[in-house]
Amino acid sequence: MTAPSPVSSALPGGLGVLRAAFGRPSGAIAGGWLVLIVLGAIFAPLLTPYAYDAQVLKEAFQPPSLAHPLGTDEFGRDLLTRMLYGARTSLSVSSVSILISVAAGMTLGAAAGYFGGFFDRAVTAVADLTWSFPEILIALILVAIIGPGVSGTMAAIAVAYLAQFARLTRAQIMTLKAETYVEAARSLGAGHAHILFRHLIPNALAPVLVSAMLATGDAIILEATLGFFGLGAQPPTPSWGSMMSSGSALLFKAPWIIVFPGLAVATTVIAINLFGDALIAALDIRDKLGSKP
Amino acid sequence: MSEPLLVVKGLTKRFMTGGGWFARPRSMTAVRSVNLTVGRGEVVGVVGESGCGKSTLARLILRLIEPTEGDITLGGTRLSGIGQAELRRERRRMAMVFQDPYSSLDPRYTIAETLAEPFRVHGLPVTQQAISGMLEAVSLPASAALRYPHQMSGGQRQRIGIARALALRPEFVVLDEPTASLDVSIQAQIIELLAALREGFGLTYLFISHDLGLVRYFCDRIVVMYLGAVVEVLPDARAVPRHPYTRALMDSSFAPDPKARREIAPLSGEIPSPFNLPPGCAFAGRCSRAVEACRSASPPLTEEGGHAVACFNPL
Amino acid sequence: MSPLLSIERLSVAIGGVTLLDDISLSLDRGQILGLVGESGSGKSLTALTVTGLLPLIGGRIASGRILFDGTDLASLGPAGLRKLRGGRIGFVMQNPMTALDPVQRIGEQIDVVSRLHLGLSGEAARARTLDLMGQLRIPEAAAVAEAYPHQLSGGMKQRIVIAMALAGEPDLIVADEPTTALDVTVQAQIIQILTGLVRERGLALLLITHDMGVVAQACDRVAVLYAGRVAEERAVDPLFERPAHPYAAALIGCIPREGMAEGSLKGIAGSVPPATQFPPGCRFHPRCPHAVDICRTERPLLRETPDGGLVACHLAERIAG
Ligand SMILES: Nc1ncnc2c1ncn2[C@@H]1O[C@H](COP(=O)(O)OP(=O)(O)OP(=O)(O)O)[C@@H](O)[C@H]1O
Ligand SMILES: Nc1ncnc2c1ncn2[C@@H]1O[C@H](COP(=O)(O)OP(=O)(O)OP(=O)(O)O)[C@@H](O)[C@H]1O
Ligand code: SF4
Ligand SMILES: [Mg+2]
Ligand SMILES: [Mg+2]
Repeated sequence: MTAPSPVSSALPGGLGVLRAAFGRPSGAIAGGWLVLIVLGAIFAPLLTPYAYDAQVLKEAFQPPSLAHPLGTDEFGRDLLTRMLYGARTSLSVSSVSILISVAAGMTLGAAAGYFGGFFDRAVTAVADLTWSFPEILIALILVAIIGPGVSGTMAAIAVAYLAQFARLTRAQIMTLKAETYVEAARSLGAGHAHILFRHLIPNALAPVLVSAMLATGDAIILEATLGFFGLGAQPPTPSWGSMMSSGSALLFKAPWIIVFPGLAVATTVIAINLFGDALIAALDIRDKLGSKP
Repeated sequence: MSEPLLVVKGLTKRFMTGGGWFARPRSMTAVRSVNLTVGRGEVVGVVGESGCGKSTLARLILRLIEPTEGDITLGGTRLSGIGQAELRRERRRMAMVFQDPYSSLDPRYTIAETLAEPFRVHGLPVTQQAISGMLEAVSLPASAALRYPHQMSGGQRQRIGIARALALRPEFVVLDEPTASLDVSIQAQIIELLAALREGFGLTYLFISHDLGLVRYFCDRIVVMYLGAVVEVLPDARAVPRHPYTRALMDSSFAPDPKARREIAPLSGEIPSPFNLPPGCAFAGRCSRAVEACRSASPPLTEEGGHAVACFNPL
Repeated sequence: MSPLLSIERLSVAIGGVTLLDDISLSLDRGQILGLVGESGSGKSLTALTVTGLLPLIGGRIASGRILFDGTDLASLGPAGLRKLRGGRIGFVMQNPMTALDPVQRIGEQIDVVSRLHLGLSGEAARARTLDLMGQLRIPEAAAVAEAYPHQLSGGMKQRIVIAMALAGEPDLIVADEPTTALDVTVQAQIIQILTGLVRERGLALLLITHDMGVVAQACDRVAVLYAGRVAEERAVDPLFERPAHPYAAALIGCIPREGMAEGSLKGIAGSVPPATQFPPGCRFHPRCPHAVDICRTERPLLRETPDGGLVACHLAERIAG
């Protein structure tokens, strides 16, 4: 006999989970930092008097000061300003591309897991193949095909993570498909669309979204890497990666040019991972997220 | 028996399992040539031990899985011959209550959403009052509508499962061990409820259980299954069993009465593997009355006055 | 002579919640005591306390004591308890599937018990294992001993777990729902094996179940638990004939049996509340058809019945009489 489950409060919905994640110390610090960065990126024009592409050559290579809290770069542009605008590029490129990747990956994975058969075998084979390549390699190949720039980077990142989301969704759907409530819905006369969109996908969503959040952190690094190689957003649009790239040549002359964007990437990625962990704990789904070996 | 509502003929299901790079798939017959008739308004019980194919039979009858062979007719419609679209419409006439009240409700649905699902699926309107009425029919307060399954006990969840099954006023309901995971006190509540609902809505039940005592209490006729096949059909709850397996089942269930204590003559021998059934009667290896014929030929189900038995040496 | 096992006014708490409240039970050699009650009434908790496993789930004895053959279990310490458990006290856990190590052969798992507790050599232990398996009517014991748990049926696994409990030559076996997950024909087999062991070897058996049918068939005495308290404790025959506690009566009335008229099966309305929401007074009063005012406020104490049983109900005399 199973003991009757203790009557507890309602199932944690979206807001409840966020509150629970923020309730943990690591979640609160990480979440706070992320909120700060996002707000900074959104309100960049209000937060700084400079324009990101305003070159003042006589003020080049200034170390951090009151006028330029993070110093200036080789063209005398205010680094803080460029960092804030760079956050816009880095965050939006990585999150939009992950969003595309999740949407496509979930569609493929859900269809493969639900219908099975030949389609499933094909999707699984392709996913397994791409899974065995490092993301950066896939991204580089794609950028080589599409060409550098923001849209090339987004496509590259989206494809690089597609396999991960397709596999995770497929695995989720396969286990959920065997739940009795799915059979119950069928016995009531429900069709495929009802079962997929009303039962399977909503129940599979939480782990996929959390892994998407974690992947966004990796995508920021990937975007920065492409930017560092000069394959990402093209000048003068700032991105953290391209800023680090130009700073790398001046490492000893003006270390702040590379250090601050580097710190931004690192802290953001760490914060995303910490917050993702807090979400996993709040949702109690650790066992559902297979990790890449 | 009244006018037949459900007629099942020669129903067989073979599952292929295993099979991969190195192993050949093995076939096992979970349900073998089952014939069954359920009259309108009747409660027919199906008993048998774990793995004998009760749930598979239930799924086949409702065409939740496709039969390997056989015919199913419900109220004049040949279910085994129609396409998916028509089948989905026919589903309004039949319903199922599942064994596990914990996994049979979507954890993300409120009770109200769960109860509204049958209507939504068929594009029918559903009102607040209808939900309250459904809850009332299974003796739950209207306030339960806003709760989630994890906030309810097993017995309460099973009531929800019953309310959902009855939502579209089906004629025929399959109850697959609806009380197997519940305490006896809760089981008795659910059985009382099912009896009242049957009366109220004029329902026909196929009641699956592994508890012969419970089936004898609740059902008009009893079908006994062993390893996928029907071995006996008892015409009424008081009928004296003629198949040695039914006898063994009956001897194994304990009455809550110390005066009825008896020396149990437990079955010896193991249940044969369903992948590798011996020839002849599947029960022969455990049967104390087995004769020569039992080990070579399988006994046909022969009927006499509504009492059918598949045994070469019946009691 | 004092009884083999005597539980005296035992209360057990986990995390500040009292889950067993003032339980008293006793059990002699050659006797089977049934422990019944609905899910959550504290049956498994009693078993864990008697076998000294309480600390494992974070529980502690809040008051009262357990005497085994005259020794207070609390005085033994962890090492002493470990020696007792598997040795003089055999434990058959609620779930046979988790009691067996999935990657170890069946025979080795039984061998280790007699090697540890009886100091037998490898060969002698295996001989004893095969002998025990034979007593439990396991066919082809030698072959089964070489098998892994997943290759066996549920009934077979349960017999292996019983063999493990017997391997240390126990005086007391605590069996927590040994047949709940099994088919009735297999259940009958296991119950027959267990009662046979008690009669032949003079073992004492604490048989936990929620099935009044099993109790009626197998037990000498029975304790009915409700919400962490003993409702009634009596010899089996009078309990079934004239239950003094309304809860005991209701439990008996829940089982369908031969010749019962349709509509006479009566459930017990409501369910056992969780331990944090036990009502004051008699804990059964919200579900009791006889309850009167005093039941809602005063806790009924255990009182002796004329036939040497115990019952905790304000109206016991009136109901039985
Ligand atoms: N989808 C499937 N694929 C392969 N084998 C299956 C499948 N479904 C059921 N079986 C097998 O068919 C047999 C009958 O199973 P079924 O669930 O019908 O038994 P049951 O009588 O309902 O048992 P229980 O009392 O345990 O519910 C079992 O041996 C089972 O393993
Ligand atoms: N580790 C634990 N922590 C907190 N509470 C517990 C723990 N184990 C059991 N309980 C509670 O103790 C009470 C008694 O539980 P117990 O497992 O003894 O019940 P039971 O009678 O064995 O029920 P069942 O028939 O379900 O096995 C229940 O209310 C249960 O929720
Ligand atoms: S004490 Fe009262 S409430 Fe409790 S069982 Fe007896 S009559 Fe019922
Ligand atoms: Mg079943
Ligand atoms: Mg228990």
